[in-house]
Amino acid sequence: MLSETILEMKGISKSFPGVKALNGVDFKLRKGEIHAVMGENGAGKSTLIKVITGVYEKDSGLITLQGEPIHFKTPQEAQNRGIGTVYQEIMLCPNLTVAENMFIGRSRNPVVNWKQMNNKAAQLLESLGIPASPLQELTSCSLAVQQMIAIARAVDMDCKILILDEPTSSLDEDEVHKLFALMLELKARGVGIIFITHFLEQVYEISDRITVLRNGKLIGEYETSSLSQIELISKMLGNKLEDITKIKKHEPLVSDSTIPVLEGVGLSSAAGVRPFDFTIQKGEVNGFAGLLGSGRSESVRAIFAADKVTSGEIRMNGKRVKIKNPLDAIKQGIGYLPEDRKGDGIIADLSVRDNIILALQVMKGFFKPFSLKQTEAFADEYIRKLNIKTPTPNTPIKSLSGGNQQKVILARWLLTNPEYLILDEPTRGIDVGTKVEIQKLVIKLAEEGMSLTFISSEIGEMLRTCSRLIVMKDREIVGELRGTDLSENDVMTMIAQGGESKCAN
Amino acid sequence: MRKLITTLSQLVLPISVMMLLIVINLIKGVDYFNITLVNGALYGNIPNILFGASELVILSIGMTLVTAASQGQDISIGVNATISSAVFVLFVLHAGEVTLLVIVAGFLLSCVAGLVLGAFNGTLVSVFKVQPMVASLILFTGGRSIAFMIDGKLSPILANDISNQIGTVIPGVPIQTPIILTAIFIALVAVLFKTTNLRLYVETVGINPNAARLNGINPKKIIFLTFLIMGVCSAVAGFIAVNKAGRHDSVNQLKLIMMDAILAVAIGGNSLIGGKFSITGSIIGAYTIEMLNRTLLRLEIEPAMIKVFKAVFIIILMVVASPVVRVYFSKTLDRVRTWRLTTTIPKDAMVSTGKKEE
Repeated sequence: MLSETILEMKGISKSFPGVKALNGVDFKLRKGEIHAVMGENGAGKSTLIKVITGVYEKDSGLITLQGEPIHFKTPQEAQNRGIGTVYQEIMLCPNLTVAENMFIGRSRNPVVNWKQMNNKAAQLLESLGIPASPLQELTSCSLAVQQMIAIARAVDMDCKILILDEPTSSLDEDEVHKLFALMLELKARGVGIIFITHFLEQVYEISDRITVLRNGKLIGEYETSSLSQIELISKMLGNKLEDITKIKKHEPLVSDSTIPVLEGVGLSSAAGVRPFDFTIQKGEVNGFAGLLGSGRSESVRAIFAADKVTSGEIRMNGKRVKIKNPLDAIKQGIGYLPEDRKGDGIIADLSVRDNIILALQVMKGFFKPFSLKQTEAFADEYIRKLNIKTPTPNTPIKSLSGGNQQKVILARWLLTNPEYLILDEPTRGIDVGTKVEIQKLVIKLAEEGMSLTFISSEIGEMLRTCSRLIVMKDREIVGELRGTDLSENDVMTMIAQGGESKCAN
Repeated sequence: MRKLITTLSQLVLPISVMMLLIVINLIKGVDYFNITLVNGALYGNIPNILFGASELVILSIGMTLVTAASQGQDISIGVNATISSAVFVLFVLHAGEVTLLVIVAGFLLSCVAGLVLGAFNGTLVSVFKVQPMVASLILFTGGRSIAFMIDGKLSPILANDISNQIGTVIPGVPIQTPIILTAIFIALVAVLFKTTNLRLYVETVGINPNAARLNGINPKKIIFLTFLIMGVCSAVAGFIAVNKAGRHDSVNQLKLIMMDAILAVAIGGNSLIGGKFSITGSIIGAYTIEMLNRTLLRLEIEPAMIKVFKAVFIIILMVVASPVVRVYFSKTLDRVRTWRLTTTIPKDAMVSTGKKEE
C-alpha cells in the first residue's frame, strides 16, 4: 500500500527565454511518503513545483495523478484536484481570524455561515493537533502555528498531495519539530508530501526519499537511508568543469608577526549568525564555503554592519575601530558587494555613472558633490577598466545585462579604493565569460595588495581563487581549509563531517 | 547637448500641455500675450499666471522631494502653510510698529514653525514608518484648528504698507513681488541642488532604500530631510499667501492646494511612487495648472462648471501619459521601425521575450 504512486511526472521540460529550466525530468510521488527535492539555486526545484501546481505550463512531458493524465492551467485547478501548496512566506491575512484564513475564498456562497465555519475549523485544528483557536486573530499565533494553519488550509478538502516550499526557513528549532509532527500526522493519513528545503539535517530527519536536480536535469532519486550526506552534497553541486582551471591563485606573503588587515572577534548580528572570529591578511583572498542558508552571507554582512551588529569587536591593522553601520565600514576602507544584486546592489533607475560614483560620493560627503566632469571621468575610467558594456554612461543600469550590472557594482567599490573588499556571490546569475573575468580580477586585486573575501555557491570557483576557505554549516563555522591543492571533496567532507560532529555533541 | 535632450524628453508632457493651452487661448483671442503697464507694474494674462501660481510652485517643489524620497505624498501642506503664516501674523500684529526688520523676523519665525511641522510629519514617516499620506492626515485634519488658536480671531488683518507691497508690487519695480519671491526661491533651490548631493541621495533612497543603506546613506535621515524642506516650502507659501490676501484666514487659506501640488508633480512627469524626479517638471506643472484654471475662466465657463472641465482635462491628460498608453505607442513605434529595417529576418526572431524566470 505504501508504494502506491499518486503523482508521476515523465520527461518534463520547461524553457524560459534563454534558459532551459527543466530538461526531461522524471518525478514520482508515492502515497504516504515525504519526498525531498534537493538542488542548489537555479537547479529547477521551484519550476518543477510550479509545473505541478499549474503556475507554469510544461513544454513537454506527461503528468499523471493517480494514473490519470492531468494538465492544470491554473493553481486553482490543481487545488481542486487535491494538490495543496504552502510557500516559504506565509500567504495568509494577518488581521483575519484563524478560521477566516482557513476558509476564505473557498465557497461561492455569498452568505457566510460563521458558526459552521468556526466549527469546521475547530475540528480540523483539533484533528491535526494545531494549538490554535478558530476565533483567534492570526497575528497572535507564532510563526510556526501560522505555517501550520497554512498547511491546514491546504490539506482541507481531501488533499492528496501537499507541497511545502521551504516552510522551515523562518522557524526556530522547536517550531520546526512541531511542524514535523504535523507532517508525520499527514503522512500517516496517506498524504504524499513534497518537501523543499536548504537544511540538510531536516531532510535526513524527516524525508523518506530524495530527488536531486541540478541545472534543470534529474540527477536521481534515492532512498534517504541509503544516501550519505557527502554523496548528496556532491550530487547537488556536481563537478562543474569550466575552462578556467588555468586561474592561478595568489598566496599572501605573511609571517606570524604580520598584523592582519582586519581582525574580528566574537562577531554576531541580528540576522542570526553564531558569534565567530575572523581575520584576513594583506593580499589574501579567503572565502566562506557552505551550502545556501549556512550563514555565509550573514557572516560577511556582520563584518560590514549590514545587519545590526549585536556583539564583537573589529580591529583594522591592529587598531580597534567602531563599525556600527555601513557608512562606518566604508570609511574604514571596507567594501561590500551584496548577494542580492537587484534588491541590495543596483539603483535600478539611476544611470550607470551615478551607480558607479555612489559609494565614493557618499564617502566624500553630502555637501561635497563631485563636479559633473569628475563623475564622467570616474565612470569612463571604470567602464573601460572593467570592460562594462553599456551604450552610454547615462544609460539606466536596469537596462544592462546581469553581468554588466555586477561589474558596475564592482566598479563602485573599486572606486572607493578599499583595503578590504567583500564579494558575496559576485558570479551568481551571470554569464560564464563574466564569471571568469571577475575571478581573474579578484586575483589581480589581491596581487596588488588588496584583501578580499570571495563567496560563491560554486565551490570550484572558490577553490580556484581562495587560498583559505572558512567552512560553514547551520550558521556556524565548522572548520577551515587552506593550501593550494584543495579539492571539492575536501570541502564536502568537511561540511558533512561538521554536521556529524555536531550531532555527536 | 545630449543631456539637454534627455532633460527635454522628460519634460515633453508638461511642455506639450502648456503649448496646447496657449493654442486654445490664442484661438479664443489673439491678445493673450498682451501686457499692459498699470501704475508702473506689468499686468496681463502671463504675469497673472506667474502671480497666481507662486504658492503652488513653491509647494510643488517640496512635494516633489517628499514624493521622491518617501514614495508618498504630504497632504498637510496647505494647512501647514496656514499655521506657519498664523505665527507670522501673530508676530507682526504684536510687534507694534511694522518695519522691514519685523517682517523678516516674523518670516523667519514662521519658517521655524514650518520646520517643526515638517519634523512632526517627517518623524512619523521616517522613524515610525507611517505612510506619508496617513501621517500628514493628522495635521490635515487638526491643523486648521491650531491655526485658529494661534491667530485668536477668525481673520486678523495685515494692514501695513510692507505687507501690501509684498503681496502686490513695490513702487518702482515693474514685476509683482510674489513673482520675484518665487523666482528667488527657485534660485535658492537650484543652489541647494548645485552645492549638495540632495538629488543623488533622494533618488537613491526613493528607488532602493536597502541599497542606499548599504552604500552608507541613512534613508531615515534623507526622508526626514525632505519633510523639513517641505516645511520650509509651506512657510514660504504661507507667507506669500497671507501677504497677498492682506489677512489671515484660518479656514480657507490655501484650502485643498495639496491636490494641485500633487497634480503638478504628476504633470511634471514624476512618478508618485518615488525615485527619479524633475523639479523643473513640477514647476512647469504648477504653472500649467494655474494656466488651465485661468483658461477655463477666460473661456467664460460657468464658475460652477469649471471643476468638471478641469477634471475631464486632467483625466484625458493622465490617460495619455499613462504607462499603458506610453508602452503601446513605443511598441507600435518599434514595430514600425523593425518592419522598415528587416524584411529578411524571419518573423519568429522578432517575437519579444514575454516571461522571465524570477
